[in-house]
Amino acid sequence: MDNNSGNPAKLNTVGIRLNACGKTFPDGTRALEPVQLEINPGETVVLLGPSGCGKTTMLRIIAGLEQPDAGGQVFFGEQDVTPLPIEQRHVGMVFQSYALFPNMSVAENIAYGLKVRGMAEVEKKQRVVEMLSMMHLESFAERRIDQLSGGQRQRVALARALAVRPRVLLLDEPLTALDAKLRESLRAEIDRLLRSLKITAVYVTHDQSEAMALGDRIAVMEKGRIAQIGSPREIYYRPATRFVADFIGSMNRVQGMVDGESLQLPSGLLRVGPRVSNEVLFRPEDVRIVSNGEAQLQAKIVSAFFLGDHTRLILDVGNEQTITAETVDRREFKPGDIVPIAVDSEAILFLE
Amino acid sequence: MKPTHRESLRHIVLLLPALTIFSAFWLLPMARLVSVGASGEMGVSAYWAVITDPRYFSSLVSTIVLSATVTFATIIISGITGMFLQRNHFFGRRFLLATLTFPLAFPGVVVGFMVILLVGRQGVVGSVTEWLFGEKLVLAYSMAGLFLGYLYFSIPRVILTIMAAAEKLDGALEEAARSLGASPWQVVRDVMIPGLKPALISSGAICFATSMGAFGTAFTLATKINVLPITIYSEFTNYANFSLAAALSIVLGLITWLALALARSMAGSTVAAAA
Ligand SMILES: Nc1ncnc2c1ncn2[C@@H]1O[C@H](COP(=O)(O)OP(=O)(O)OP(=O)(O)O)[C@@H](O)[C@H]1O
Ligand SMILES: [Mg+2]
Repeated sequence: MDNNSGNPAKLNTVGIRLNACGKTFPDGTRALEPVQLEINPGETVVLLGPSGCGKTTMLRIIAGLEQPDAGGQVFFGEQDVTPLPIEQRHVGMVFQSYALFPNMSVAENIAYGLKVRGMAEVEKKQRVVEMLSMMHLESFAERRIDQLSGGQRQRVALARALAVRPRVLLLDEPLTALDAKLRESLRAEIDRLLRSLKITAVYVTHDQSEAMALGDRIAVMEKGRIAQIGSPREIYYRPATRFVADFIGSMNRVQGMVDGESLQLPSGLLRVGPRVSNEVLFRPEDVRIVSNGEAQLQAKIVSAFFLGDHTRLILDVGNEQTITAETVDRREFKPGDIVPIAVDSEAILFLE
Repeated sequence: MKPTHRESLRHIVLLLPALTIFSAFWLLPMARLVSVGASGEMGVSAYWAVITDPRYFSSLVSTIVLSATVTFATIIISGITGMFLQRNHFFGRRFLLATLTFPLAFPGVVVGFMVILLVGRQGVVGSVTEWLFGEKLVLAYSMAGLFLGYLYFSIPRVILTIMAAAEKLDGALEEAARSLGASPWQVVRDVMIPGLKPALISSGAICFATSMGAFGTAFTLATKINVLPITIYSEFTNYANFSLAAALSIVLGLITWLALALARSMAGSTVAAAA
């Protein structure tokens, strides 16, 4: 996309601040504990978490489709938008189900927000053309919605949301209804779009690779709370809670007896550094297969899965504890074999 | 592939019951009706008389106007009420819904009787207005009485259809429209009404057809306005003018059938657009 020619979507984007926004539904369901969240202008924050943790609820509070419980406040920049209904918040929304108007063509869908805002015909036409070309939809302008593929529909939905040049863009699992391949390519397209437009975006997903790829920051949610918020690296390498550690990627957990700066296991001594605890965590890719001289543990292979680009090993480290290791070693591993392994102490995590 | 002899024979055998019923209950009576219509002193011009004779023509026009007005009012009242009942949950809603289907059980005679009780010479409204203004308001035997009666039996059906359709409306569409800046009224115009259109058209057509053919209510009210079914009735009972009654019946049937066919094609095309 060329950004210099007329700048297709020069946006007046703002930051978002949630102040003690909780949500209790009339039936008593506590969907969201009072949360605090600050999103910088132009930043993409991904809300990630298991089903029912309150992601959609938080997004709808930001959008103005739900009111937070008393005391909660939503700010767009310096403006308190809490009392404003969605139609006055000037947001762009993209839904999992696309929510395109079936009685309108692609072009009419994209023009709808401009029409209800009373934009002049000439300007409206021009904006629609801009959006169509930005989303590579030129040849579909006159199509009916039911004549489009899922990926095309979602691009129309994005174009429609962006056509009004919203202050923030809110996306609720926009790719979940698509098949894996399409999801990948549309994810790349959304990424490109968010970077080039520099629009403040809140993106809801329960797919962690989507979250990693798109988020400047990820807010991992658990039972109506934000368990941790940080960059994808922070979330992955320094999970704040066990829940985050388990939810993002996979995590090994080993218990043993503290022995100086090590943890004593039947298979050897695992060096954990000056800070010790009788339980430590580390990621499968941080388990290294080493020479006998460097070995910390002598682990027995329980099963081995050759996956092409790497091999996944399930290893017995004693006391009925198994860990997962991932290695690019080309050796053929057999169940029952003993492998010498080591874990760098920097890769070791301690969590309560 | 060309059907073999055996196959076409089997098709005929399978179609036989349908053909028999069609002949017995549709083709023969209709043919008889059409021929009776043309068999009187006037011959085929009996059909012509429906338009040229001011008595029949005014009956035809007032029936159409009445039915169209009732349909229009019903659609508006039931559309709003149906949407409201579908969207709002309040105390007594279930009871209200259950009672809504009650008028469906009444024959036209009862509906007419109720209109008389309400706005007839001894009606509630008459007594109240007499007490208030010293003059009785009597609507039952005018166009207004018919209008009320027809409205009464039309509204429940349409409300139930609208509610079923409203339940299937995609809430995300309304939210999408609002997010784009649409006011509540614009949401109704651009999302809800298009979404309800097939239901509005089909229930409107049925309402129109029912009103065109309603007899009991009109007969009970014995009004000054002769709606078509009453005219047909009096043609053959009072004047034994069978051919004209038949001609009027055919015209009544045709108009109603046309309205239904038109609605079916309109609803069909909107359904295709919404798929
Ligand atoms: N209108 C509502 N009335 C009552 N409870 C609701 C309502 N909407 C959501 N909930 C409940 O609130 C909780 C959070 O729902 P929410 O839709 O925010 O979850 P989510 O994280 O988006 O989940 P998913 O990944 O399945 O979409 C759930 O327990 C849900 O059942
Ligand atoms: Mg959700």
